[in-house]
Amino acid sequence: MTPHTMFEKIWEAHVVHEEPGQPSLIYIDRHLIHEVTSPQAFDGLRLAKRRVRRPELTFATMDHNVPTTARSLPIEDATSALQMDTLSRNCKEFGITLFDLASPEQGIVHVIGPELGLTLPGATLVCGDSHTSTHGAFGALAFGIGTSEVEHVLATQCLLQERPKTFLIEVAGARPYGVEAKDVILSIIGRIGTEGGTGSVIEYAGDAIRGLSMEERMTVCNMSIEGGARAGMIAPDEKTFAYLRGRSHAPKAFDAAVARWKTLPSDPGARFDRTLRIDARSLTPQVTWGTNPGQVVAIDGRVPNPAECADPNARKSAERALDYMGLQGGTPITEIAIDRVFIGSCTNSRIEDLRRVARFVKGRRVSPRVYAMVVPGSQRIKRKAEEEGLDRIFKAAGFDWRESGCSMCLGMNPDTLKPGERCASTSNRNFEGRQGKGGRTHLVSPLMAAAAAVEGRFVDIRQYELKEG
Amino acid sequence: MEPFRTLDGLVTLLDLPNVDTDQIIPKQFLKRIERTGFGQFLFYDWRFIDGTRPNPDFEMNADRYRGAGILVTRANFGCGSSREHAPWALLDYGFRCLIAPSFADIFYNNCFKNGILPIRLGEDQVETLFQRVRATPGFRLTIDLEKKTITAGDGLAFGFEVDEFRRLCLLNGLDDIGLTLQHEEKIRRYEASHTAA
Ligand code: SF4
Repeated sequence: MTPHTMFEKIWEAHVVHEEPGQPSLIYIDRHLIHEVTSPQAFDGLRLAKRRVRRPELTFATMDHNVPTTARSLPIEDATSALQMDTLSRNCKEFGITLFDLASPEQGIVHVIGPELGLTLPGATLVCGDSHTSTHGAFGALAFGIGTSEVEHVLATQCLLQERPKTFLIEVAGARPYGVEAKDVILSIIGRIGTEGGTGSVIEYAGDAIRGLSMEERMTVCNMSIEGGARAGMIAPDEKTFAYLRGRSHAPKAFDAAVARWKTLPSDPGARFDRTLRIDARSLTPQVTWGTNPGQVVAIDGRVPNPAECADPNARKSAERALDYMGLQGGTPITEIAIDRVFIGSCTNSRIEDLRRVARFVKGRRVSPRVYAMVVPGSQRIKRKAEEEGLDRIFKAAGFDWRESGCSMCLGMNPDTLKPGERCASTSNRNFEGRQGKGGRTHLVSPLMAAAAAVEGRFVDIRQYELKEG
Repeated sequence: MEPFRTLDGLVTLLDLPNVDTDQIIPKQFLKRIERTGFGQFLFYDWRFIDGTRPNPDFEMNADRYRGAGILVTRANFGCGSSREHAPWALLDYGFRCLIAPSFADIFYNNCFKNGILPIRLGEDQVETLFQRVRATPGFRLTIDLEKKTITAGDGLAFGFEVDEFRRLCLLNGLDDIGLTLQHEEKIRRYEASHTAA
């Protein structure tokens, strides 16, 4: 038998219809929706007098717009409130389960999918959100779609898709001290560039990937889209099964499901359209200096000098980025002072992230020049953190402790940077204005963000003795 | 969806690579629950100073580009979020065709669903267009999707490639959902045999 990649196995198992010269019609097992990219899809359904084909396969949450202040406070922004109301009404009208602001399960869509066991190995999962790639950490084929496609899935439970290419990224060897999952993916994007993965599904493999916890794998897969990829995925293994066992939406016949999931990993000798090998020992803590996630450098490096860029377009892009970021080429990264720290987003707001940050900041203080906030990814994470007393550690260190949501990852709610403010952020995008007009974002791991909060500038996390948890 | 057969349009330029969807339509405008009315916010932070005055340094704001229907830009246009508000804003502003060396996947796909034709050309060809447009006020292109050609009055002529299925959908203004529903029987059979993962 020809060996197959994990992607091929999942894809083949979901083809409903195929014709030469046409995209394949594939079946979608899980559909997640949120308030921002769904209203126009429901309008479309109503206009065409269509129903939702399988309402029990779609799940909704509110995350992008939600305030992260106390839930008892009214929502001040009327347009945000309208968008949330619209989602409630649509879910009710079409019979879709919704985790709204009052729900104990509310949270960022890519955080709650796995938490609830909605994300499963071998499944196809889509959401009108580019970071749907996160769910690939479970060996699912998961990708972001536009609103027209959201409507398509609602109406047909299928999608027309061109078959993507496959790209194997193997990270071999052990991760060095102080190098987090975030550094692994930032390094990968630094190497392949922001369009290195265009048209492809990336499978991450190698012992450095196997060694990651489920939450760390989600961090890696989350940012696949930042490398331009359609999706990222990691083969399921015992860690995956242990994570899912007992989750509320995980299969009841769990052992039978595990037996099926064990057949998913890529067969030895399976062919990928492209492969890249990275030596994990070469990895270092990373900090972005520019306005896309590929503009990244090691913590002990310097802001690059655009004049040294050979490619004229890259040079122009770097000049513009430095101008926006208010940085000089040649500046050591550790000399960059910051004003804000944001620990949160679907990349790094899970309980392990919060525990690592808490261990580091315990007994330390946020620098007086910095305003720092921790925004848990979901209500479940918030409760867990409070049970463990992490919130008290954060508050004692001078962090603001908030309610769950996307928050300052994109600043659709009131959490934003002011013009010129510089932020160490655990989120995934450092685009111009992403966290607030004129705001300057540097993407880092949670530990690097915590250390920056304490020092008021970027510091090399490797110079601290890190306690293991 | 409006069918797309040929387009004769004034051409404007955006000379930046990696233009992300956060720039095409900033997040504060994603709160609308309609598909229309986004054009006024297109490239908002670049087009306007303080949200009101047109920014004279933003090339597209020049008078000579007013009413453009074709945008020529650089690599990896539309990267970032999946927001379909980006093509909605471009369409609403008046663009029905985008030309660049490359586009981000989700954005590329979203364009076709909204009757916008994104055309990939080689870096050199895009560079040629930049030069001609800058040198020639009022520079127009004719895009023929049937023949897959781009031509200009000055004799410039390029061919382009586009996936055949997408081309037919655009030419005929076909609705994907309608097409898929023709396979109802197959979907039902699939559902009957498929064990959820
Ligand atoms: S946390 Fe940020 S990246 Fe993740 S879904 Fe929310 S806005 Fe998107």
